[in-house]
Amino acid sequence: MDLKLDHYTEGDTEIVVVEGEIDVYTAPRLRELLIDLVNKGNFHLVVNMEKVEFLDSTGLGVLVGGLKRVRAHDGTLDLVCTQERILKIFRITGLTKVFGIHGSVQEAIDKRSSK
Amino acid sequence: MATITLTISALPAHVRTARLMAATVARRAGIAASAIDEIRLAVGEACSRAVAAHKLHCPAQPIQLQLIDGGASGSAAVQDTTGDRPDAPGRPLRANGSATQRFEVVVTDRAPAKDTEEPADHNEPILDGLFLDGEDTPPGGISGFSPGLGLAVITGLADEVEIEPTDQGTVVRMSWPLAAKHAQDPSSN
Repeated sequence: MDLKLDHYTEGDTEIVVVEGEIDVYTAPRLRELLIDLVNKGNFHLVVNMEKVEFLDSTGLGVLVGGLKRVRAHDGTLDLVCTQERILKIFRITGLTKVFGIHGSVQEAIDKRSSK
Repeated sequence: MATITLTISALPAHVRTARLMAATVARRAGIAASAIDEIRLAVGEACSRAVAAHKLHCPAQPIQLQLIDGGASGSAAVQDTTGDRPDAPGRPLRANGSATQRFEVVVTDRAPAKDTEEPADHNEPILDGLFLDGEDTPPGGISGFSPGLGLAVITGLADEVEIEPTDQGTVVRMSWPLAAKHAQDPSSN
């Protein structure tokens, strides 16, 4: 399955909804969307990955790239993911320590608000 | 031992095809369902790495993927392609009588290996330097792709992995053990 991208605003947070496969072929589209959102002044991002079927290191690189961009503006990039097979790649690469990974969009927003 | 060989042009779009074929062949070989996702991901990483290397050095050259079912016997689909590439020194032989039957995946590229392409320490991700994105991508490179991270993922997923970089290209061999009783369910396709 190809990659489907959508996004909407929730308070001061922009929620990015990703569906399908994030790999070397499709990841550039996600990267462009994240760059575009940051360039438009959205510095608090939540990427909802609940409908992601496949994620490889290219996708991880894009997410880390997005994180670096928002951090340059004192922003945040959190992830929503409960799928074990997707979480596994974050664990293998040690990126669970880099990203906030949450069980739902609301949880991601609440955790940031309480900081 | 049965081998399926797939040759792909060095294009990102074909990496998915390679992944799907690897998963299908692994399933037929009797690999446990829990390991299919690992194989799919590891093969994708190896092919992505090869595509990125070819894009920089030899975009017109194809990349070869071999899927070797060490448990199959008497198959007519055996194809010996070892003559196409430099034989790797110290390569473990998978001859008859091998202690464990394994499902092996070999990804062979033709881009000269560079010193910069070393496996990353996958336990300590470094935010600056390890990941490529945007401005960091070399000319002609693939946006967002980091060879070091890809190899770290392969190392973390494959049961056995062997990476042989040479001037003629890199051979990535990954393998997983087959179940003790070889699955022969004709309905699993």
